[in-house]
Amino acid sequence: MDLNLLERLSLARGASGDEGAVRSILAEVVGPLVDELQVDTIGNLIAIKRGASQSGLKVMVAAHMDEVGLMVVGADNNGFLRFRPVGGVDARVLLANRVLVGPEGIPGVIGAKPVHLTSPKEREAPLPVEQLYIDIGAKSKDEALGAAPLGTYVTFDTPFTRLGAGGAQGAAESGRVAGKAFDDRAGCCVLAELLAESYPFDLLAVFTVQEEVGLRGAQVAAYALCPDLAFALEGTVCDDAPRPEGEDVSPTTRLGFGPAITITDASVVADRRLVELLMDTAEREGIPCQVKQPNVGGTDIGAIHLQRGGIPTAALSVPCRYIHSPESILDLGDLENCIRLMRASLMRLPSIPWKGR
Amino acid sequence: MTLGEFLKAVTEAPGPSGYEEGVRQIVRSAFSPYCDELRVDPMGNVWAVRRATRRADRAPRIMLAAHMDEIGFVVKKIDAHVLRVSQVGGFDVRILPGQPVLVHGKVPLPGVIGSRPPHVLPPDEREKVIPLDELFVDVGLTAEELPRYVRVGDLITLRRGYVELRNGLVMSKALDDRAGVAALYSCLQELQALQHSWDVFAVATTQEEVGLRGAMTSAYGVAPDAAIAVDVTFGRTPDCPDIGTFELDKGPCIARGPNIHPVMFSLLEETAKRLEIPYQTEPIPGRSGTDAWAIQVAREGVPTGLVGLPLRYMHTPGEVVCLRDIERAGRLLAHLVATLDERVLSRFRAPLGSSS
Repeated sequence: MDLNLLERLSLARGASGDEGAVRSILAEVVGPLVDELQVDTIGNLIAIKRGASQSGLKVMVAAHMDEVGLMVVGADNNGFLRFRPVGGVDARVLLANRVLVGPEGIPGVIGAKPVHLTSPKEREAPLPVEQLYIDIGAKSKDEALGAAPLGTYVTFDTPFTRLGAGGAQGAAESGRVAGKAFDDRAGCCVLAELLAESYPFDLLAVFTVQEEVGLRGAQVAAYALCPDLAFALEGTVCDDAPRPEGEDVSPTTRLGFGPAITITDASVVADRRLVELLMDTAEREGIPCQVKQPNVGGTDIGAIHLQRGGIPTAALSVPCRYIHSPESILDLGDLENCIRLMRASLMRLPSIPWKGR
Repeated sequence: MTLGEFLKAVTEAPGPSGYEEGVRQIVRSAFSPYCDELRVDPMGNVWAVRRATRRADRAPRIMLAAHMDEIGFVVKKIDAHVLRVSQVGGFDVRILPGQPVLVHGKVPLPGVIGSRPPHVLPPDEREKVIPLDELFVDVGLTAEELPRYVRVGDLITLRRGYVELRNGLVMSKALDDRAGVAALYSCLQELQALQHSWDVFAVATTQEEVGLRGAMTSAYGVAPDAAIAVDVTFGRTPDCPDIGTFELDKGPCIARGPNIHPVMFSLLEETAKRLEIPYQTEPIPGRSGTDAWAIQVAREGVPTGLVGLPLRYMHTPGEVVCLRDIERAGRLLAHLVATLDERVLSRFRAPLGSSS
């Protein structure tokens, strides 16, 4: 597994609708590995890898390039930018966090009133996003909007950090890393790695856009490509911190316990045959995996499985703590096992009776 | 080292109250070329002593103070794979979720203040502020590994570096009050070209954020005839009232009120006017919350002034100041020092029977 690729993808800035920087990295990396590379009108990057043998199957595997972010919607007379979220951002993780504004990456910070000037009552209520603002050091409205015109995209400014003892020096003892946008650059990384191999069918690898604003890229790509089967690769919710005694919150996924298989979530009931293929392959190959807690979140297969006459789908995800916040954590073992499990499952795909019930 | 380079080095170093060693080393090596003596006292305060160039038998002393410590956290419990923490100094807990931190365990461990993702929260939970008890620090180690590297009582600081914004503004953690320490650095450099008849004790103090403690003991030790503290003050932003907040890049604030000796206020104001240094007046009707508060009542009392550097987003990882304001403060302090003579001492004595 190429840690350097994960780092590049995590640092690349690409909120929904502005995925160009991520797309160019992926085009560069997967271009030499595939037979065809295309970009469609919405911005999906489609990489086609012809099968080593022809089973007659067309299999789509999707991972989304976009990340949650912010957009400039105004500025006040003193040069402070006003913004709204792009995708699902909890306003409570924004205060006093650092951001990069626009294509040039102008540094800024989401201002927070000093604790000294707030009343205890004020501190009991989270601030809605409408009251927040970004400070880039501009002195006037004209200067602010000149540097960041209305509609400018903003992303979190988060370094990529190897965690653990001596992590700053690069020895990742814990095998875990922190950074932004692991949802879904982790999935992009897995998909890019899968393209190093050939499979017994045509593999349609789609790096999708606009997942965070409604699975928009996956929808049109699945329609256009009309695959027989599809998978989504994701960075998913991992809410495994200790909870107060007696509280009934089972973890969505657990970090370090392998990739997570979706049974159902808010957007889909995964195809049972594909779920069994993943589970059975994990058992045969001795690859750790886990089941994602039902009904939390959603992935590109939510849109894909409803295209045309319906498409059997499943999703495999890398657990990521603190997704949709400026800094998330993932386990490199989980990432590696996600690659292994997906690769082995794809290899076995033609052997299962996926047509007819 | 330029002012910007000094500020980058000194703000990126960790130094929570009582654990200022990392900052102290940088301050010592940066200050030493510009002073005659360098001392560290029992509370860890750094004294950079610059003797009077116009030598008297025992020159009067002016103490210039700025604090080195920053706010942070301390580990209170190792809870499976996460750390539960208490504050050292005061953050608004609303800014904490999602912030990068550095845990000072057996080795430095980068980590994140964790928060539960919105996907798993019922709507009413999203409208609540997450109390400190429910927040935690995650360094990515397992429950088995964690106790090998971290103990209860280990310190935690913010993990955020120095960044230049537009118009000479800079952002970093701990600019409160390393910006003040940088003003002392700038003052010491400026003094190279000036004659002065008082000894200058530039003191980088410790433990300000937990009760002005370094200032208290160093003011006793230095026994100054006058003092000026340099600290940050509130920068104006859209969410703050205009009263009590100050514009960045409009010059340092000269404080006025019971904490400030009126003659010291006048001397600072006169010096700023004479040198055409822009400044703002900051009225402080009571406790200033700065080292000046402790220094004023050291020993038999010290005539004290306070210079404030306007700073936005105080006590957050993204504090913002204007470099020019720091330079202006350094220049103001140096030229004020150069104007001090024997006669000033008598002006500090409150006149008998008159109210002026």
